[in-house]
Amino acid sequence: MVTYKTIVGMEIHVELKTKSKMFCGCKNDPFHAPKPNIYTCPVCLGLPGALPVPNKKAVEWTIMLGLALGSEISLFSKFDRKNYFYPDLPKGYQISQYDQPIARGGKIVIASEAKQSFSPRHPELVSGSKIASSSRFNLIGTSRNDGKTIRIHRVHLEEDTGKLIHSTVNGKKVSLIDFNRSGVPLVEIVTEPDINSSEEAKAFLKKLHQIIRYLDISDADMEKGSMRLEPNISVKIMSLRINAKQSFSPRHPELVSGSKIASSSSTPRNDDESELPSYKVEVKNINSFNFVKKAIDYEVGRQIEILEAGETPVQETRGWEEKKGVTLPQRRKEAAHDYRYFPEPDIPPMRVTKDQISELRTKIPELPDVKLARFIKNYQLKPEDAARLTDEVELANFFEKCASQLSIINSKLSIQSLANWIINKKVDYTKASPEELIKVITATKQVKQVDEVELTRVIDQIIAANPQPVAEYKKGKTGIIMFFVGQVKRELKGRGDAVSIRKILQEQLK
Amino acid sequence: MLLDKTISELAAGLRKKEFSSVDIVTECYDAIEKHGKELNAFITVIDNTTALTYAQKKDNERTENTSPLHGIPFVLKDAYITQRIRTTSASNVLKNYIPQYNATVYQKLLDAGAILIGKMNMDAWGHGGSTENTDFGPAKNPWDTTRVAGGSSGGPAIAIAARMSAFAIGEDTGGSIRNPAAWCNITGLKVTYGRVSRYGTIAYASSFDTVGPMARTAEDCALLLELVAGQDPYDATSSPHKVPKYTQKLTGNIEGIKVGIPKEFFGQGLDSEIKKSIDIAAKKFESMGAKLIELSMPMFDYGLPVYYLIGPSETSSNLARYDGIRYGQGRNQFTPETMRRIMIGTYALSAGYYDAYYKKAQQARTLFIKEYEKALSSCDVLLMPVNPTPPTKIGELMSDPLANLLADVYTTLKYWIRISARN
Repeated sequence: MVTYKTIVGMEIHVELKTKSKMFCGCKNDPFHAPKPNIYTCPVCLGLPGALPVPNKKAVEWTIMLGLALGSEISLFSKFDRKNYFYPDLPKGYQISQYDQPIARGGKIVIASEAKQSFSPRHPELVSGSKIASSSRFNLIGTSRNDGKTIRIHRVHLEEDTGKLIHSTVNGKKVSLIDFNRSGVPLVEIVTEPDINSSEEAKAFLKKLHQIIRYLDISDADMEKGSMRLEPNISVKIMSLRINAKQSFSPRHPELVSGSKIASSSSTPRNDDESELPSYKVEVKNINSFNFVKKAIDYEVGRQIEILEAGETPVQETRGWEEKKGVTLPQRRKEAAHDYRYFPEPDIPPMRVTKDQISELRTKIPELPDVKLARFIKNYQLKPEDAARLTDEVELANFFEKCASQLSIINSKLSIQSLANWIINKKVDYTKASPEELIKVITATKQVKQVDEVELTRVIDQIIAANPQPVAEYKKGKTGIIMFFVGQVKRELKGRGDAVSIRKILQEQLK
Repeated sequence: MLLDKTISELAAGLRKKEFSSVDIVTECYDAIEKHGKELNAFITVIDNTTALTYAQKKDNERTENTSPLHGIPFVLKDAYITQRIRTTSASNVLKNYIPQYNATVYQKLLDAGAILIGKMNMDAWGHGGSTENTDFGPAKNPWDTTRVAGGSSGGPAIAIAARMSAFAIGEDTGGSIRNPAAWCNITGLKVTYGRVSRYGTIAYASSFDTVGPMARTAEDCALLLELVAGQDPYDATSSPHKVPKYTQKLTGNIEGIKVGIPKEFFGQGLDSEIKKSIDIAAKKFESMGAKLIELSMPMFDYGLPVYYLIGPSETSSNLARYDGIRYGQGRNQFTPETMRRIMIGTYALSAGYYDAYYKKAQQARTLFIKEYEKALSSCDVLLMPVNPTPPTKIGELMSDPLANLLADVYTTLKYWIRISARN
């Protein structure tokens, strides 16, 4: 009996929105540049003799991101050169960080609601033998009750490359390079392979995106490419214990000596929880959470088919083809680049003091989880409403301004009504002012309110005018009460709320 | 001849109007006219009308307060980026390259009012110690044109020795200022790493490259360093330490100074005449009140191998930008010596070899720093030879790549520990 487990680690690149680029004073605004190659200088063009000088703000923001993720901030870190040739890389190397990143470790806990939405669209792919009658594969998902922890491996800082544009000029196919993006500060976040489903991947990414937006360090706009997503996907064969011995019967007896077997064995089968498959497939530069989800689902299916055939998927880089809904091979990873990393000699190592880290910690705003808990507690909001309101920090701030305005003007309007209004009417917080909004809500509510005297008068009037339905009601046809509610509502021109009208009617008709 | 004078003497004469910038610059061009072709020191000579017009302008605007370099002609090793003036690093790869900006050191000299006369021949990318590894033809020693001038800053040394310039800015990575200064009998200063901004210096090995003066005398070098040194916002490795008034320290009094003489530098392989000259110098210092202290620096033997791992590693990365797409010439235009260094460096940085070579070399570098710290705790200065032999015959080193590397045996030991050295 064989089951399968999805194993995904994510690499996420995020362009920081500092004023200037990572290693020079050029404007960092590649997406709004009116023309190509205008925000450039000797440094970001990689001209002979030019030298990089690191952007302090970018380093500070990376530390803040690390702190927000609960990472350990390195007191000593450095930049390294990652050497490779590509036309969009004018120096022939990218300044990045290799073995001493700014931050290590940390985690993101995915909210348990993300779990609930783990209703498989392809039940045949999910969780085991119970649905197994029609199941082709037994895929182990995760189904713990609490939020799930996705560990962060590291957070490091590097520079973005130029942008290649392949087009036709005067009937000739050409590749053009725009260096406006060259040298833009880029943070890379790498997770541990803790993600075990496409849903988890999506939930993780949404949470990370939210944190980055809260920190206000990047637009994290996936469509434009200021946040780029790369899942590393593999599938692990989980055999039952009975088979454990069998899987150990060595196909290559010469390799069986201690620990070598696990790493040398060509079969990815292994029951040890911590052991990873011998291959992984990287899907490059995906620009939406949904595409990541689809790409993982597709890859898992594809890889299981290969494993079912008794083979091991090839370690490679693939690209997501949204139109066809498939991943396609880009380059083989087994002949992986040797990037010849070595310490960047043009930039002295960075030393950060504990005091500096504490100082940066004070600059971190209230983060989504804390804000959510506070909204639920302080405003007595329903968790789902609080979640909606804290989804974007701007909306949360707007809500709080409205809430404080309520108490300032001593309004009778309830916080929950305010929350409902903002959520249901999808209030545009960029345009509305809290004061105006509260006036509008209050006015609308007032119009809807009817004083009791008037209400009783109208109800009496309606009862008097409809003896026939009254008789029917009294005979036990109680459903007819909705007719009366409708009549009263019409008379009141839509004012009043149905619940109280119904309550009074029931009293009167006894 | 005006160019026999030191920079201070020239500056004083200019102020007193004993002669003009035009006079000095004219002397330079006369010498270039006479010896330029034979010595092959220049890659680019600035058009003399331009330089003379500039000199005239300087003469007109001179006041009591102008810089001592105001109106003084100079040359640059062709490793320095000069806006609108061709900059080649003596390589065909950059043979038509016209830069868009100025190196910091060049800008400082321009701001002081100095006058650029030419861009000088060198070993391409700094790869060499004889100015023979150049795509512009070997430079020749003005004292014996059958011999090399040294390198890689050969052109600048020749220009000063042959009175074609008042001073020069060279660049020293593994002896590139000291070696040609010694062989051309001028004064060169390899400064402490970070003392002078490297911005706009075409990189050979970034963690070793230093920008330093080459001139007639120690006083000239002190004056020049005072002007070009200092922190540069464009170079993250430039030192924040304040620049001392070096010229005020030239008192001539060396009474009580402890001169360390590391015995390893005077062993086998050192030419007897060079040894004799150093002995004479040592005796002279002693007679002036200095104390000679013999000491031991046993790491000496490892200097060269460590340098030839780290230098090529860095250069293999630094030269990656000349990828054949951007500067009009392909990578097949590198000379065999440069290709060798790129290959050695690429190999040393490769996965599986990094720990054995590059990392080990960096660890050894730390040991050298400690050894120098120890040596300099028992003395104030170290006295040692620059080169093991007198200048070689032209072609000799090129036919033997290993000998070419070994020529740097003494100088390589000094630069990666980031201290200063003077010829």
